[in-house]
Amino acid sequence: MVGKILKIEKQVGEHVDEDDVVIVMEAMKMEIPVVAPAGGTVKEIKVAPGQAVEAEQVLAVIE
Amino acid sequence: MDSALVNGLQGLVVGVVSLSLGQAFMIAVACVLLYLGIAKGYEPLLLVPIGFGAIMVNIPLADMMGQGGFLRFFYDGGVRSEIFPLLIFIGIGAMTDFAPLLQNPKIILLGAAGQFGIFITLLLALALGFDKLDAVAVAVIGACDGPTAIYVSSKFAPHMLGAVSVAAYSYMSLVPLIQPPIMRALTTEKERTIVMGAAKSAPISKTAKIVFPIVVTIFASILAPKGAPLIATVMLGNLLRESGCVDRLKNCSENELTNIVTLLLGLCIGGTMEADKFLKTQTLLVLVLGFIAICLDTAVGVLFGKAMCALTGGKINPLIGAAGISAFPMSARVVQAEGQKYNKKSYLLMHAMSANAGGQIGSVIAAAVMLSVLQGMGIVGG
Repeated sequence: MVGKILKIEKQVGEHVDEDDVVIVMEAMKMEIPVVAPAGGTVKEIKVAPGQAVEAEQVLAVIE
Repeated sequence: MDSALVNGLQGLVVGVVSLSLGQAFMIAVACVLLYLGIAKGYEPLLLVPIGFGAIMVNIPLADMMGQGGFLRFFYDGGVRSEIFPLLIFIGIGAMTDFAPLLQNPKIILLGAAGQFGIFITLLLALALGFDKLDAVAVAVIGACDGPTAIYVSSKFAPHMLGAVSVAAYSYMSLVPLIQPPIMRALTTEKERTIVMGAAKSAPISKTAKIVFPIVVTIFASILAPKGAPLIATVMLGNLLRESGCVDRLKNCSENELTNIVTLLLGLCIGGTMEADKFLKTQTLLVLVLGFIAICLDTAVGVLFGKAMCALTGGKINPLIGAAGISAFPMSARVVQAEGQKYNKKSYLLMHAMSANAGGQIGSVIAAAVMLSVLQGMGIVGG
């Protein structure tokens, strides 16, 4: 969805489980946690706080 | 000298002794509204001026709602003339992006379904012996849209304006509490976890966005001329936004204009909450029926969402039906929060926003239709 990145909760190299919050974004004045679709290691974070994002944009890569 | 002093002091206490029990009670009610607005953050932009207006009007002997009074001046000029709510509609139009709706026109049906509660409540209020015009004002609380409720009640039942608008605004701020239990009761766990893909990102052309408000104004106003001012003002605001060439007017509409009118409108609504006019059993009935109206809207919206879910083979999460009531954008946020509670990977916000924008238009059109039907029945004069 369209919105703005608020916080990055996990750093590159960190291990995440499925449904862990990776990024918090803001859309329509509401904070929305974006969770990991699957468990793994964060390989790349493609956004920074304050950045505006579009629908279907890749925010992070998890391996 | 002594007696002059006593007389002087009497002049100071005369206000205290003329304070009636009802007025004291209403001042307490007003303080509760202020508390809810300031400390709890429930619609503070409205509750603060409403609460303060209610204190002002219940001060004995000050007579601010009397002829030539401070509140009366704005009430006659802005509320009785129906001007304030219409000016707010211009601001709402300027703030609303109808693009999600144009991208997914199916969803507008949810916005229509979310208005059924209005008509059911209308019948209920009539059955309870409300005067026809009063019943309309009560039912319109179900629109879950403050300015619509204010517009309709100031037109037909100005004596109920205080009760109707307080009900409308307080239930709107309670949407996050009222809706979830109904949403849960009417859906299965499996339905609540349905993930809806990213809203189709096929961009809507600028032309379509500009043509939309013009076409809606023309067709909806011809269909329901009584509600034309409602629709026309929302769409005018939207045209200011989408035309892209009058940013100054658009910015003024969504900021300064809306802020000034909200302040004055809030004070006036508070001003209708005079003890002897507000403390009636009718007010209590209005509050109860208004609550029922919002529950019914939510229920019908969710049930309609379920129907759409079945028809699309499980592609639509029925929770978004709850956003078909107007309460923009609160109910869309409620849907997002509920959906993510059951499935963390579920992001319903944008879909819910479409339904919510549909509800926004839906409630205005529902009110317009109601006005035109009543006129057709000869209940309201032309």
